[in-house]
Amino acid sequence: MVKKIRKIKGFTIQFLPYTEIENLKSGERIRKLLNVVLKGIIVILQGRLTIEEEARLIEDTMAMVEHVKNFKGVELAVLNPNSNNLGLVGKMKHGLAKALGAQEAITIIGPASIVREMKRDPKKIEILMNR
Amino acid sequence: MVIKIIANFVRRIFSGMFKGKRELSLGFYGPPNAGKTTLANKICKDWTGEEIGKVSKIPHETRAVQFKEKVEIDFKGKKLTFKLVDTPGIATKIDYEDFMKFKMKKRDAQKRAKQATQGVVDAIKWLDDMDAVIVVIDATKNPYSQVNITIIGNLVARKIPVLIIANKVDLRKADVKKVEAAFPEYDVVGISAKKGKNMEEFYESAFRLAKKA
Repeated sequence: MVKKIRKIKGFTIQFLPYTEIENLKSGERIRKLLNVVLKGIIVILQGRLTIEEEARLIEDTMAMVEHVKNFKGVELAVLNPNSNNLGLVGKMKHGLAKALGAQEAITIIGPASIVREMKRDPKKIEILMNR
Repeated sequence: MVIKIIANFVRRIFSGMFKGKRELSLGFYGPPNAGKTTLANKICKDWTGEEIGKVSKIPHETRAVQFKEKVEIDFKGKKLTFKLVDTPGIATKIDYEDFMKFKMKKRDAQKRAKQATQGVVDAIKWLDDMDAVIVVIDATKNPYSQVNITIIGNLVARKIPVLIIANKVDLRKADVKKVEAAFPEYDVVGISAKKGKNMEEFYESAFRLAKKA
Protein backbone atom coordinates (compact mmCIF):
# COMPACT_ATOMS: atom_id res chain seq x y z
CA MET A 1 0.00 0.00 0.00
CA VAL A 2 1.37 3.40 -0.96
CA LYS A 3 1.27 5.99 1.78
CA LYS A 4 0.13 9.43 0.76
CA ILE A 5 2.51 12.21 1.75
CA ARG A 6 0.57 15.24 2.87
CA LYS A 7 1.84 18.60 1.70
CA ILE A 8 3.06 21.12 4.23
CA LYS A 9 1.65 24.63 3.95
CA GLY A 10 4.24 27.26 3.09
CA PHE A 11 6.34 28.92 5.76
CA THR A 12 9.08 31.53 5.92
CA ILE A 13 12.40 31.38 7.75
CA GLN A 14 14.27 34.54 8.63
CA PHE A 15 17.97 34.38 9.47
CA LEU A 16 19.02 37.09 11.86
CA PRO A 17 22.70 37.92 12.42
CA TYR A 18 23.61 38.68 16.03
CA THR A 19 24.71 42.20 15.04
CA GLU A 20 21.00 42.99 14.48
CA ILE A 21 20.28 42.68 18.21
CA GLU A 22 23.73 43.17 19.72
CA ASN A 23 23.27 46.82 20.68
CA LEU A 24 19.64 46.61 21.72
CA LYS A 25 18.40 46.56 25.31
CA SER A 26 16.88 43.31 26.62
CA GLY A 27 13.28 44.41 26.13
CA GLU A 28 13.98 45.64 22.59
CA ARG A 29 15.72 42.39 21.65
CA ILE A 30 12.77 40.32 22.77
CA ARG A 31 10.27 42.65 21.09
CA LYS A 32 12.24 42.47 17.82
CA LEU A 33 12.24 38.66 17.85
CA LEU A 34 8.59 38.33 18.88
CA ASN A 35 7.49 40.87 16.26
CA VAL A 36 8.93 38.59 13.56
CA VAL A 37 7.34 35.47 15.09
CA LEU A 38 3.96 37.25 15.31
CA LYS A 39 4.04 37.54 11.50
CA GLY A 40 4.15 33.72 11.33
CA ILE A 41 7.85 33.61 10.51
CA ILE A 42 10.44 31.23 12.00
CA VAL A 43 13.50 33.12 13.26
CA ILE A 44 16.96 31.61 13.25
CA LEU A 45 19.18 33.84 15.32
CA GLN A 46 22.94 33.68 15.20
CA GLY A 47 23.94 33.50 18.86
CA ARG A 48 21.66 33.38 21.87
CA LEU A 49 19.86 35.58 24.34
CA THR A 50 21.07 35.68 27.92
CA ILE A 51 19.40 33.12 30.21
CA GLU A 52 17.45 35.95 31.92
CA GLU A 53 16.30 37.18 28.51
CA GLU A 54 15.12 33.67 27.65
CA ALA A 55 12.92 33.69 30.78
CA ARG A 56 11.63 37.14 29.85
CA LEU A 57 10.92 35.91 26.32
CA ILE A 58 8.67 33.23 27.85
CA GLU A 59 6.94 35.84 30.06
CA ASP A 60 6.37 38.24 27.15
CA THR A 61 5.17 35.37 24.96
CA MET A 62 2.57 34.43 27.59
CA ALA A 63 1.41 38.05 27.82
CA MET A 64 0.96 38.04 24.03
CA VAL A 65 -0.96 34.74 24.06
CA GLU A 66 -3.40 36.45 26.39
CA HIS A 67 -3.75 39.61 24.32
CA VAL A 68 -3.12 38.73 20.65
CA LYS A 69 -5.91 36.86 18.91
CA ASN A 70 -4.95 33.46 17.43
CA PHE A 71 -1.42 33.63 18.87
CA LYS A 72 -0.72 30.37 20.73
CA GLY A 73 2.88 30.98 21.75
CA VAL A 74 6.25 29.86 20.45
CA GLU A 75 8.49 26.87 20.12
CA LEU A 76 12.01 27.67 21.23
CA ALA A 77 15.33 25.86 21.06
CA VAL A 78 18.94 26.87 21.54
CA LEU A 79 21.79 24.82 20.18
CA ASN A 80 25.01 25.50 22.02
CA PRO A 81 28.11 23.58 20.92
CA ASN A 82 29.73 21.64 23.74
CA SER A 83 33.41 22.53 23.95
CA ASN A 84 34.06 20.12 26.85
CA ASN A 85 35.03 17.30 24.48
CA LEU A 86 37.66 19.37 22.70
CA GLY A 87 41.39 19.09 23.28
CA LEU A 88 43.46 21.89 24.79
CA VAL A 89 44.18 23.56 21.43
CA GLY A 90 40.53 23.31 20.45
CA LYS A 91 39.45 24.85 23.73
CA MET A 92 41.95 27.68 23.29
CA LYS A 93 40.66 28.33 19.77
CA HIS A 94 37.08 28.37 21.08
CA GLY A 95 38.01 30.70 23.93
CA LEU A 96 39.81 33.09 21.59
CA ALA A 97 36.95 33.11 19.09
CA LYS A 98 34.48 33.81 21.91
CA ALA A 99 36.63 36.60 23.29
CA LEU A 100 36.63 38.17 19.82
CA GLY A 101 32.84 38.10 19.82
CA ALA A 102 32.13 35.01 17.71
CA GLN A 103 28.64 33.60 18.23
CA GLU A 104 28.65 29.81 18.30
CA ALA A 105 25.09 29.19 19.46
CA ILE A 106 21.98 29.15 17.29
CA THR A 107 18.55 30.12 18.58
CA ILE A 108 15.40 29.05 16.77
CA ILE A 109 12.05 30.62 17.61
CA GLY A 110 8.96 29.62 15.69
CA PRO A 111 5.26 30.39 16.07
CA ALA A 112 3.45 27.46 17.73
CA SER A 113 0.76 27.65 15.05
CA ILE A 114 3.36 26.61 12.43
CA VAL A 115 5.96 24.69 14.45
CA ARG A 116 4.47 21.72 16.28
CA GLU A 117 7.60 20.73 18.17
CA MET A 118 11.31 21.33 18.32
CA LYS A 119 13.07 18.11 19.28
CA ARG A 120 16.36 18.99 20.82
CA ASP A 121 19.27 16.86 21.88
CA PRO A 122 22.83 18.01 22.63
CA LYS A 123 23.91 17.72 18.99
CA LYS A 124 20.93 18.70 16.88
CA ILE A 125 17.51 20.29 16.70
CA GLU A 126 14.68 18.80 14.66
CA ILE A 127 11.79 21.07 13.75
CA LEU A 128 8.46 19.31 13.37
CA MET A 129 5.87 21.33 11.48
CA ASN A 130 2.12 21.46 11.79
CA ARG A 131 0.40 20.22 8.65
CA MET B 1 17.02 42.19 37.39
CA VAL B 2 20.60 42.62 38.69
CA ILE B 3 19.26 44.49 41.76
CA LYS B 4 16.81 41.64 42.42
CA ILE B 5 19.60 39.02 42.23
CA ILE B 6 21.82 41.05 44.62
CA ALA B 7 18.91 41.64 47.05
CA ASN B 8 18.08 37.92 47.01
CA PHE B 9 21.75 37.01 47.57
CA VAL B 10 22.09 39.45 50.51
CA ARG B 11 18.81 38.18 52.02
CA ARG B 12 20.05 34.60 51.82
CA ILE B 13 23.46 35.50 53.33
CA PHE B 14 21.83 37.28 56.28
CA SER B 15 19.16 34.68 56.84
CA GLY B 16 21.90 32.03 56.67
CA MET B 17 23.27 33.45 59.93
CA PHE B 18 20.07 32.37 61.64
CA LYS B 19 19.89 28.94 60.02
CA GLY B 20 17.77 26.45 61.86
CA LYS B 21 15.30 29.07 63.07
CA ARG B 22 13.91 30.08 59.74
CA GLU B 23 11.66 28.40 57.26
CA LEU B 24 13.21 27.62 53.86
CA SER B 25 11.19 28.51 50.79
CA LEU B 26 11.35 25.39 48.64
CA GLY B 27 9.95 25.87 45.14
CA PHE B 28 8.65 23.22 42.78
CA TYR B 29 9.32 24.16 39.18
CA GLY B 30 9.09 22.41 35.85
CA PRO B 31 7.03 21.97 32.70
CA PRO B 32 3.28 21.24 32.89
CA ASN B 33 2.20 17.72 33.90
CA ALA B 34 5.62 16.71 35.22
CA GLY B 35 4.19 15.95 38.67
CA LYS B 36 5.10 19.05 40.72
CA THR B 37 1.83 19.11 42.66
CA THR B 38 1.82 15.32 43.05
CA LEU B 39 5.27 15.52 44.67
CA ALA B 40 4.35 18.56 46.82
CA ASN B 41 1.17 16.70 47.88
CA LYS B 42 3.18 13.58 48.76
CA ILE B 43 5.53 15.61 51.00
CA CYS B 44 2.64 17.52 52.61
CA LYS B 45 0.70 14.30 53.22
CA ASP B 46 3.79 12.61 54.71
CA TRP B 47 4.44 15.42 57.20
CA THR B 48 1.23 17.40 57.72
CA GLY B 49 -1.49 15.00 56.65
CA GLU B 50 -2.92 17.58 54.23
CA GLU B 51 -2.49 18.18 50.51
CA ILE B 52 -1.34 21.38 48.81
CA GLY B 53 -3.44 21.27 45.63
CA LYS B 54 -5.49 19.37 43.09
CA VAL B 55 -3.90 17.15 40.43
CA SER B 56 -5.28 16.25 37.02
CA LYS B 57 -4.34 14.61 33.74
CA ILE B 58 -5.24 17.84 31.97
CA PRO B 59 -2.18 20.09 31.69
CA HIS B 60 -2.05 23.37 33.62
CA GLU B 61 -4.18 22.14 36.54
CA THR B 62 -2.09 24.41 38.80
CA ARG B 63 -2.62 27.90 37.44
CA ALA B 64 -1.72 29.94 40.51
CA VAL B 65 1.21 29.68 42.91
CA GLN B 66 0.12 27.70 45.99
CA PHE B 67 1.85 27.30 49.36
CA LYS B 68 2.03 25.20 52.43
CA GLU B 69 3.80 26.88 55.32
CA LYS B 70 5.57 25.30 58.29
CA VAL B 71 6.02 21.86 56.81
CA GLU B 72 8.34 20.24 59.34
CA ILE B 73 10.24 17.29 57.97
CA ASP B 74 11.79 15.00 60.54
CA PHE B 75 13.95 12.57 58.62
CA LYS B 76 16.48 10.22 60.20
CA GLY B 77 16.77 12.43 63.30
CA LYS B 78 17.26 15.66 61.31
CA LYS B 79 14.59 18.34 61.33
CA LEU B 80 13.92 21.07 58.79
CA THR B 81 10.99 23.42 58.33
CA PHE B 82 9.99 24.33 54.80
CA LYS B 83 7.54 26.62 53.12
CA LEU B 84 6.57 24.57 50.08
CA VAL B 85 5.81 26.68 47.01
CA ASP B 86 4.10 24.79 44.21
CA THR B 87 4.21 26.76 40.94
CA PRO B 88 2.27 26.49 37.66
CA GLY B 89 4.03 24.57 34.87
CA ILE B 90 6.24 26.73 32.66
CA ALA B 91 5.45 26.52 28.95
CA THR B 92 6.24 28.52 25.83
CA LYS B 93 2.85 27.86 24.24
CA ILE B 94 -0.71 27.47 25.46
CA ASP B 95 -3.58 26.58 23.14
CA TYR B 96 -7.10 26.37 24.54
CA GLU B 97 -7.96 23.80 21.86
CA ASP B 98 -5.58 21.35 23.57
CA PHE B 99 -7.84 21.47 26.66
CA MET B 100 -10.90 20.75 24.51
CA LYS B 101 -9.35 17.35 23.68
CA PHE B 102 -10.12 16.49 27.32
CA LYS B 103 -13.84 17.10 26.66
CA MET B 104 -13.73 20.61 28.10
CA LYS B 105 -16.21 23.20 26.82
CA LYS B 106 -14.76 25.95 24.64
CA ARG B 107 -15.49 28.73 27.14
CA ASP B 108 -13.95 26.76 30.02
CA ALA B 109 -10.93 25.88 27.89
CA GLN B 110 -10.41 29.54 26.96
CA LYS B 111 -10.67 30.55 30.62
CA ARG B 112 -8.18 27.84 31.61
CA ALA B 113 -5.74 29.02 28.90
CA LYS B 114 -6.00 32.63 30.10
CA GLN B 115 -5.32 31.61 33.71
CA ALA B 116 -2.49 29.32 32.60
CA THR B 117 -0.67 32.12 30.74
CA GLN B 118 -0.83 34.30 33.87
CA GLY B 119 0.35 31.31 35.93
CA VAL B 120 3.51 30.97 33.81
CA VAL B 121 4.32 34.68 34.27
CA ASP B 122 3.76 34.39 38.05
CA ALA B 123 5.92 31.27 38.33
CA ILE B 124 8.85 33.06 36.67
CA LYS B 125 8.39 36.14 38.88
CA TRP B 126 8.47 33.94 42.01
CA LEU B 127 11.94 32.57 41.14
CA ASP B 128 13.59 35.41 43.04
CA ASP B 129 11.83 34.47 46.29
CA MET B 130 13.09 30.88 46.50
CA ASP B 131 15.83 29.63 48.81
CA ALA B 132 16.10 26.30 46.97
CA VAL B 133 14.26 24.74 44.05
CA ILE B 134 13.24 21.25 43.05
CA VAL B 135 12.91 21.00 39.28
CA VAL B 136 10.48 18.21 38.46
CA ILE B 137 10.95 16.59 35.05
CA ASP B 138 8.80 13.88 33.51
CA ALA B 139 11.34 11.06 33.04
CA THR B 140 9.31 9.59 30.16
CA LYS B 141 9.88 12.74 28.07
CA ASN B 142 12.88 14.32 26.36
CA PRO B 143 14.79 16.16 29.11
CA TYR B 144 16.55 18.49 26.66
CA SER B 145 13.55 20.79 26.28
CA GLN B 146 14.40 24.47 26.28
CA VAL B 147 11.97 25.12 29.16
CA ASN B 148 13.99 22.81 31.45
CA ILE B 149 17.26 24.43 30.38
CA THR B 150 15.91 27.97 30.80
CA ILE B 151 14.51 27.24 34.29
CA ILE B 152 17.74 25.64 35.52
CA GLY B 153 19.90 28.33 33.87
CA ASN B 154 17.90 31.05 35.61
CA LEU B 155 18.24 29.34 38.99
CA VAL B 156 22.01 29.07 38.52
CA ALA B 157 22.18 32.75 37.51
CA ARG B 158 20.34 33.63 40.75
CA LYS B 159 22.63 31.33 42.79
CA ILE B 160 19.65 29.26 43.98
CA PRO B 161 20.51 25.60 44.74
CA VAL B 162 18.79 23.08 42.47
CA LEU B 163 17.75 19.45 42.81
CA ILE B 164 16.42 17.68 39.72
CA ILE B 165 13.71 15.09 40.11
CA ALA B 166 13.16 12.59 37.31
CA ASN B 167 9.55 11.75 38.09
CA LYS B 168 7.28 8.91 36.91
CA VAL B 169 9.90 6.13 37.19
CA ASP B 170 7.01 3.71 37.67
CA LEU B 171 6.28 4.07 33.95
CA ARG B 172 8.06 1.81 31.47
CA LYS B 173 9.19 4.64 29.22
CA ALA B 174 10.96 6.46 32.08
CA ASP B 175 14.68 7.00 31.50
CA VAL B 176 16.48 8.47 34.53
CA LYS B 177 19.89 7.96 32.89
CA LYS B 178 18.87 10.27 30.06
CA VAL B 179 17.92 12.97 32.57
CA GLU B 180 21.26 12.48 34.35
CA ALA B 181 23.10 12.74 31.02
CA ALA B 182 21.25 15.96 30.19
CA PHE B 183 22.17 17.60 33.50
CA PRO B 184 25.51 16.06 34.55
CA GLU B 185 26.38 18.93 36.92
CA TYR B 186 23.32 18.44 39.14
CA ASP B 187 21.93 15.95 41.63
CA VAL B 188 19.26 13.89 39.86
CA VAL B 189 16.93 11.61 41.82
CA GLY B 190 14.51 9.24 40.08
CA ILE B 191 11.20 8.89 41.92
CA SER B 192 7.54 8.16 41.43
CA ALA B 193 5.67 10.80 43.42
CA LYS B 194 2.38 9.09 42.61
CA LYS B 195 3.47 5.66 43.91
CA GLY B 196 5.80 7.04 46.61
CA LYS B 197 8.77 5.22 45.10
CA ASN B 198 12.33 6.13 46.18
CA MET B 199 11.15 8.84 48.58
CA GLU B 200 13.96 7.98 51.06
CA GLU B 201 16.60 9.05 48.56
CA PHE B 202 14.49 12.09 47.73
CA TYR B 203 14.38 13.28 51.36
CA GLU B 204 18.14 12.71 51.75
CA SER B 205 18.78 14.82 48.66
CA ALA B 206 16.28 17.48 49.81
CA PHE B 207 18.20 17.82 53.10
CA ARG B 208 21.50 18.13 51.18
CA LEU B 209 19.84 20.80 49.02
CA ALA B 210 18.62 22.70 52.09
CA LYS B 211 22.19 22.78 53.44
CA LYS B 212 23.31 24.64 50.31
CA ALA B 213 20.55 27.27 50.67
